[in-house]
Amino acid sequence: MSIHNNCGLHRVNIENLAVYDGNEPIISNVNMEFHCGELTALIGKNGSGKTTLIKALLNERPHTGEIKYFDNNSNQITTHKTGYVPQQLAFDKSTPVSVLDFMASTVTKRPVWLRVKKELRNSIQKRLDDFNAGHLIDRTLGELSGGELQRVLLATAIEPMPDLLILDEPVSGVDINGLDMFYKKVTELRSKYHMAILLVSHDIGLIKHYADRIVLMDRTVIAQGTPNEVFQTEAFKNIFGYTLKEAENNADNI
Amino acid sequence: MQTIYNIMEAIIPFSFIKFDFMKNALLATILLTPLFGMLGTMAVNNKMAFFSDALGHSALTGIAIGVILGTKNVIISMIIFGIIFGLAIRKVKSNTKTSSDTVISVFSSTSIALGIVILSKSGGFAKYSSYLIGDILTISPADIKIMAIFLIVVYIIWYFIYNQLLLLSINPSLSASRGIRNALIENIFVVTIAIAVMISIKQIGILTINSLLILPAAATRNICSNSKQYHIISTVIALVCGIAGLVISFYAGTAAGATMVLIAAAVYFITYLKSNK
Repeated sequence: MSIHNNCGLHRVNIENLAVYDGNEPIISNVNMEFHCGELTALIGKNGSGKTTLIKALLNERPHTGEIKYFDNNSNQITTHKTGYVPQQLAFDKSTPVSVLDFMASTVTKRPVWLRVKKELRNSIQKRLDDFNAGHLIDRTLGELSGGELQRVLLATAIEPMPDLLILDEPVSGVDINGLDMFYKKVTELRSKYHMAILLVSHDIGLIKHYADRIVLMDRTVIAQGTPNEVFQTEAFKNIFGYTLKEAENNADNI
Repeated sequence: MQTIYNIMEAIIPFSFIKFDFMKNALLATILLTPLFGMLGTMAVNNKMAFFSDALGHSALTGIAIGVILGTKNVIISMIIFGIIFGLAIRKVKSNTKTSSDTVISVFSSTSIALGIVILSKSGGFAKYSSYLIGDILTISPADIKIMAIFLIVVYIIWYFIYNQLLLLSINPSLSASRGIRNALIENIFVVTIAIAVMISIKQIGILTINSLLILPAAATRNICSNSKQYHIISTVIALVCGIAGLVISFYAGTAAGATMVLIAAAVYFITYLKSNK
């Protein structure tokens, strides 16, 4: 197994994490760990706190408890890079921002209303080409289809190369071909760069196929382990009403 | 200042330039309107049109506080109150489940009412009514110096926060993942808009100031497809509408601020029709 090329991140431990809305806990007592070179899927019903946990990981929401990052020798590290692919974008479709503007703004402080430097444009073009999205560079974000947008967001999230890549329900609004391409790319990133990937998804079939580990949430972690382990738990059946066999059938249909 | 006046008289072949108040008004317009075109791009991106409207209205309370404290130049009290007002709305918005338009409306109504109550005490509101529609006669060379200094500061701030604001407007979690401190960036933007609005109110007017911020950017969105065009065209539209509005208002005897806004509105509808073709 190759060693990570960046800061040497090995695993992320979440200990006793809680996020409050006023006095009400949205999620509490969350304990989990996930590793580099693994795709960990975060699953649960709507409102189970998956997105809240992601926001805590991104430091967007204040939280109690600890999020610790460890290197290969189990020493705690403080510097790590996080890439994030959001579920959707909040802007209105008429916003005049091109794919180039958007991607450039994530890596440079030089305002994008000045001309984007040629070297930067070339490097963005190359990254987009890798994701079959090279032709989209001068389109506005609002013109992109769901699948195109996801590829652009993924291409954006890997520069600078993250140690931890968080994908928030990236498959919604994407057709089946786009979906396939997206997951193949994510799998490739995992093995090529040995990054830790945390994926929020509803699609049990795809998770069965692609995830190394699963964490099932319902305002706290109620099951975690390999897909087979989690699919056999009572907690999983209670939440999804699936049996393991049904889940497998579901996966075969992909 | 006299040198600038002489240059203006030499290069502008119209009769209005003979008057010093028009020279001051033109200088102020040249300084302020591009600023509004520029800030407007992000105010519209971040869906802050109603917010900046409320901010303009809050100037009434700012003036009232200045009057109570007996300050000579109410612009200082307007700026300070505007900054507090803007930051307070942002804070309450992020701490409540009430929708943001309701929160803004509550703040806006309160500040208008408070301003009117204080200023109308013993029946003296009429003398402040020029603030409602703006008055170019009140622009002094000292005001222009304040504007010029502020403009430089805003350009510097703008250079450093633009990309971060852009990402924030696209997706706050994404900007957080890039190490951007969302709340700080939003606060800086709110303060910048508050100052820009307050230093312009004397000329443009409380009732029309927000239109000058929103219309150029809104018009530009109809016809452009990237940040560079958005920025440049919005700035140019604001400047051209500003100057045209000022000159027309001089000959037509109308309020300058409202005339500028009417022209910007016409530009908006032209670009709207063009985009729907």
